[in-house]
Amino acid sequence: MNDLTPHHRLGLASSPASEPVRNLSRRGFLGIASGALLLGIDLPKEAAAQTRAEGPAAVAAKPGTRVAAFLEIRTDGSVRLLSPFVEGGQGINTGLAQTIGEELDLDPARFAVECAPPGPDYAVVNGLRMTGGSFSTRSSFEAMRRLGATAREMLLRAAAARLAVPQDSLTTDDGRVIHAASGRTLGYGEVAQAALALLPRDDVALKDPKDFRWIGRPVARLDMRDKATGRATYAIDIRLDAMLHAAVQHAPHLGTEPRAIANEAEIRAMPGVHSVHRLPGAVAVVADSWWRARKGAEALQVAWSEPAAEGIATVSAAFSSAAMLAALKGTTEPGLPAEQEGDPDAAFAKAAKVIEAEYDAPYLAHAQLEPPSAVARFTADGSLDLWVPNQMPELFQGVAAKTAGLDPEQVRIHSPMLGGFFGRHFFYGPATPFPQAILLAKATGRPVRVLWSREEEFRMDAVRPLSFARFKAALGPDGMPVALRTTAVGEGPIGRWFGALFKSPVDSSVVEGLDKKPYAIPNRQLDYVRVPHPVTIAFWRSVGHSMNDYFYESFLDEIAAAGGRDPFDLRMALLTDSPRHATLLRTVAELAGGWRRGPFTAEDGTRRARGVSMASPFGSETATIAEVSLTDGEARVHDLWIAIDPGSVVNPAIVRRQVESAAALGLSSTLLEQVVYENGQRQARNFDSYPILDRTRMPRVHVAIVESGAPMGGIGEPGLPGVPPAVVNAVAALTGQRVRSLPLAKTRLSGV
Amino acid sequence: MISLSINGHQHSIDVDPDTPLLFVLRDTIGLTGTKYGCGIGQCGACTVLIDGQAIRSCQMPVESVGAQPVTTIEAIEADPVGARVVAAWVGIEVPQCGYCQSGQVMAASGLLKETPNPTEDEIAAAMTNLCRCGTYNAIAAAVRQAAA
Repeated sequence: MNDLTPHHRLGLASSPASEPVRNLSRRGFLGIASGALLLGIDLPKEAAAQTRAEGPAAVAAKPGTRVAAFLEIRTDGSVRLLSPFVEGGQGINTGLAQTIGEELDLDPARFAVECAPPGPDYAVVNGLRMTGGSFSTRSSFEAMRRLGATAREMLLRAAAARLAVPQDSLTTDDGRVIHAASGRTLGYGEVAQAALALLPRDDVALKDPKDFRWIGRPVARLDMRDKATGRATYAIDIRLDAMLHAAVQHAPHLGTEPRAIANEAEIRAMPGVHSVHRLPGAVAVVADSWWRARKGAEALQVAWSEPAAEGIATVSAAFSSAAMLAALKGTTEPGLPAEQEGDPDAAFAKAAKVIEAEYDAPYLAHAQLEPPSAVARFTADGSLDLWVPNQMPELFQGVAAKTAGLDPEQVRIHSPMLGGFFGRHFFYGPATPFPQAILLAKATGRPVRVLWSREEEFRMDAVRPLSFARFKAALGPDGMPVALRTTAVGEGPIGRWFGALFKSPVDSSVVEGLDKKPYAIPNRQLDYVRVPHPVTIAFWRSVGHSMNDYFYESFLDEIAAAGGRDPFDLRMALLTDSPRHATLLRTVAELAGGWRRGPFTAEDGTRRARGVSMASPFGSETATIAEVSLTDGEARVHDLWIAIDPGSVVNPAIVRRQVESAAALGLSSTLLEQVVYENGQRQARNFDSYPILDRTRMPRVHVAIVESGAPMGGIGEPGLPGVPPAVVNAVAALTGQRVRSLPLAKTRLSGV
Repeated sequence: MISLSINGHQHSIDVDPDTPLLFVLRDTIGLTGTKYGCGIGQCGACTVLIDGQAIRSCQMPVESVGAQPVTTIEAIEADPVGARVVAAWVGIEVPQCGYCQSGQVMAASGLLKETPNPTEDEIAAAMTNLCRCGTYNAIAAAVRQAAA
């Protein structure tokens, strides 16, 4: 049996005592995981082939082109849009309504947007479907405009037939087709049915951007009222008839299995408890309410198999984050070349000065406020409905099918709004709860909702990898850097989860933020040393940039100090040949009322200093300035000024708020956050021991948007990477202490 | 059976007396606007009003609610202060992912019902709920607008 062999179809068990899930080994369970991404990626092709077989009317020639797959224009003129993307706070529902509404000529306020089911029509991110990588708007913008324009042309054609007038005598205005000569009008809803039966044209002209009515404007978000009144529905809110509730206790060491349950009979006898189930790496208690299930799960006395003493087959008994960092630091291999320019050897040989430094950043939890859950329900025909928070419906459909022993088309994926995601809801094997819901629904013959308590989420969440980099710079006699050698050590989520798709030996998610810098340093070498983590690693808002821009931009300040230069002036000097970046750096300085490093005394009498940084994340460019003071040995950030150039924007209000949101998460990671392992176990189990940014630590955030006209970049993540280095550089200016290991909470700071 | 007054309606419910009010609201009565975030009173996503005061319902065993009236996010607009708070939240476009915002709206409503014109310190003391999307500045602006 290879890893992709489907499990035997297990009949729907009706006896509460039956445990058909007991025999699933962790290897089989994880086998599903490791093969899953390929599976997900193959799905659109298979599904497309199947669609073609059903006849020409159903052909999806190209993702993002079949109007009927996206738009339902109702008789009242409102529109239901089936989105390729999932809304999780980033504002994509509103942005899509603006983009399609612009070309369709329909007010975005009349759109109701929901995440589409799996299907080949929605693979609009370079042939894939996902909500991540800050890809949504930039990858689909042209296609979604074209979709709106194509739909409008179909409405015009249908209206021309209905009114028996030439099509070119018709115009539209916000949801109505107008025949000016006769004064007759038709609402979109009146001709929608006839229009959607027409064959779409593929040569419809798009609007001239100077005529845009909604794109580029701060159009009101569609989801505000529901979110301010508790009506927005997340996965955790799904309730089905006859549904059982499950809570789980996971193995204390990842990779170990339940051996025995000392008090199983007692737990089964607890009020409301339906059944107890052994799962891969966990034991579940199913009950008539989640509170009762949870009390049962917490009372379970489980004997677990022994973790390996060391190594990475399991999270071993000896594993610690400190030891992992020591292992990364201890590597001596030269590494694989990730980027090379000029002749670094020669430049170092004749350097006036050489400096070196090492930087590290910890494992991080997503800590999205919605704890993960999933609801699974088998229907009478054996097919499966799954409500599950996810950033990749087709991938989850494929994994769910394997878990259930079904074909993918027998699994209906429902993708509710996400209560925060930040990378949490890709498929991460044991960090993803929905396979438990499927196994329990099968075992009980009832719909089952699995909800992980916050404590289980902190135990099982897939983490931003602990990361480490070495830097060495050669300076010329003028104090300018002439050569830079960088070694990035570790493992990233691209290599872990998408290795079969992106075959490059260099993991882009480990080196991004260290490569492709705009600075004119003539001789450069960037190497990658792979050291795998035994823990489940994840994408985390801005991925490799979340630590690498902190590493690089901090070391750039060290270069400035070693060369006797101001860090802002050094950056400007290195950007002479890059007007886009130089403009952005000037913009952020103007936003901040001019650059001054400090320390200086602020109006309130506190001693403060500023730090600056730049980043090039996800196709956008940012420049950031932070202003910091000290209180009781802790950095206090008063203001963040962020200039972002994403090329062009759809909704400037959403962009500003996403930049502010990303900056808050970046600051949280800078100041406070670290997932610490000792003896193979995570130490923090809730927000009391894993503090995140609260209101008292939130600075003012000032955002300037520069629309340079460059190809459109991402928005959801780019506000983050500049914040850690800007803050740490400000701390260095204020205290003389160069902090090379995050979070700052580990270091007691003192003023100079 | 435990008797509860929720959003002006009487409910008679059969649950374990130690069940936190949060899970009675969500799983027994079906009012899912109140959110579970941490279960230890840290995040505030479960905030409701009990007798007009903002309370973290994950820390309130249902047996100790007694006859005190409970108001949840689903009914907050029936309260004139709550309606102002919601209007400010929508107008300023506070939410991002929105998950914590029921609790934020309830915390703000509780504050303004008790202290119609709060000082910055009073706002800081009352608005301690966590938001992972970092909407704190917008929250502060909305509280000030609703108070005005």
